[in-house]
Amino acid sequence: MKLTEKQIEVLEILENNSARIPVEDIAKMAELSMAETETILDKLEEMKVLVRFNSVIDWSKVDGHEGVTAMIDVKVAPKRGVGFDEVAQRIYRFKEVRSVYLMSGAYDLSVIIEGRSMNEVARFVSEKLSTLDSVLSTTTHFILKKYKHDGTIFEQSEDDKRIVVSP
Amino acid sequence: MNGTKSYLSKTVEELKPSGIRRFFDLAAGMEGVISLGVGEPDFITPWSVREAAILSLEQGYTSYTANAGLLELREEIAGYMEKSFGVSYSPRSEITVTVGASQALDIALRAILDPGDEVIVIEPSFVSYVPLVSLAGGMPVQVQTLKENGFKILPEQLENVITDRTKAIILCSPNNPTGTMLSGSELEAVAQIAERYDLLVLSDEIYAELAYDGEYTSFAAISGMKKRTILISGFSKGFAMTGWRLGFVCAPEAISQAMLKIHQYAMMCAPTMAQFAALEALKTGRSDVEDMKKSYRRRRNYFVQSLNELGLTCHVPGGAFYAFPSIKSTGLSSEEFAEKLLLEEKVAVVPGNIFGESGEGHVRCSYATSMELLQEAIKRISHFLKRNQKA
Repeated sequence: MKLTEKQIEVLEILENNSARIPVEDIAKMAELSMAETETILDKLEEMKVLVRFNSVIDWSKVDGHEGVTAMIDVKVAPKRGVGFDEVAQRIYRFKEVRSVYLMSGAYDLSVIIEGRSMNEVARFVSEKLSTLDSVLSTTTHFILKKYKHDGTIFEQSEDDKRIVVSP
Repeated sequence: MNGTKSYLSKTVEELKPSGIRRFFDLAAGMEGVISLGVGEPDFITPWSVREAAILSLEQGYTSYTANAGLLELREEIAGYMEKSFGVSYSPRSEITVTVGASQALDIALRAILDPGDEVIVIEPSFVSYVPLVSLAGGMPVQVQTLKENGFKILPEQLENVITDRTKAIILCSPNNPTGTMLSGSELEAVAQIAERYDLLVLSDEIYAELAYDGEYTSFAAISGMKKRTILISGFSKGFAMTGWRLGFVCAPEAISQAMLKIHQYAMMCAPTMAQFAALEALKTGRSDVEDMKKSYRRRRNYFVQSLNELGLTCHVPGGAFYAFPSIKSTGLSSEEFAEKLLLEEKVAVVPGNIFGESGEGHVRCSYATSMELLQEAIKRISHFLKRNQKA
């Protein structure tokens, strides 16, 4: 779908700033009025281009919420008429599943699972995922440490190294 | 030393210390300061560029380069100037790689000035122009631009100060501290004067990459002006490489060779690893520059509109990353305003008078600061203004 320059501008502002940025500030940044900005935001949501306002959270810092994430390479047998879509749907409907991507290369679906413990993830893979009819095999990789997630570096020091006043 | 005789040069003794220094001392050591006082990008040099410099060190490129800089870099600069600004310079005889645009300015002035030669400095201006003219033995002649004219120089203002001794005009567009950018036709008017009075123009184009509204025109691209132009630029602002100290200067061969003479005796060459970094910046850093520029532009829009809403009236700066609002409505001088704002609200700005007389009544605020901090700064300034409203 073809978006206007201002619609793209608003999307870029949202992508590069905190989800808490006031509409008023977005309007100023994009040289729009408040009303125009509201209209663009509504339209983008309606078109499902703007899907959700998300926050990036580093749960590994929160006691009791560290959790585990696994990336699972899944080989599946595509079905006539529906291809990979049907099995993908069966997989992404589980709430433990954070992402599902259809991949080129050695396997077909890349599935990202979050669970409270390794056991929980293991149980999900063996009981839910592997037992699906079309699933031929799974390879599970546990994530040991998240350095950068969705464009955000987790352990970056935020301090400004510039001197306070300079010509 | 017996304490009575001064060993210092008269010229240096007479130089005013930079007013920025005092503010730096005041702000240094304070905790929680939001600094809008910084004349450099908040972005760190793109990783691809830093990585290329590291690689050059690993490979052992730690010796001098040619005086004028790595030929490969000069060739890349020539291509970049041609493609981006439509000006063509010979990498072998018209381009010198320098230690920042500051050194380029220094050798340019030293190459052209005899004692007593006058150089026109358009104020408010970058703090180094006047002292560097004096250090090169010249006489700085200041012209004040006005807020009413958007801090743009009018041709008649230039003509009013031109004498038989006038040798050059220093032009800086987009400008530090006002952010003002001159259009092609406004530059054309300056060009006509340069032609009529047979003057050189030192065109400081360090902010050329950061032009937001309309087409950017290099002074050297104006018909007939290449032979009169010493074009100074560098990597500091556009490519976020201030600490690398890497600039360059393009000028007709005779002037280039004169500058190179000074450069080879006084500097040898620009730092080698920084030259490798710059090479990478030109080859692959363009998209980073575009991203940073977009971000500055949005922050400018937000910040300038917010300042105007607070009653600190401010023209929309066409380039660079400075807003230059008037603070006259507060009844404070620009130094008082900056000092009080720093002490009471911990927001650092630079008083406008530091950039010349016509900067009085204004402060320079850099919006090369994250959106979150700009939003907080606006809150603090608003708070400050409420408390310090003129009775």
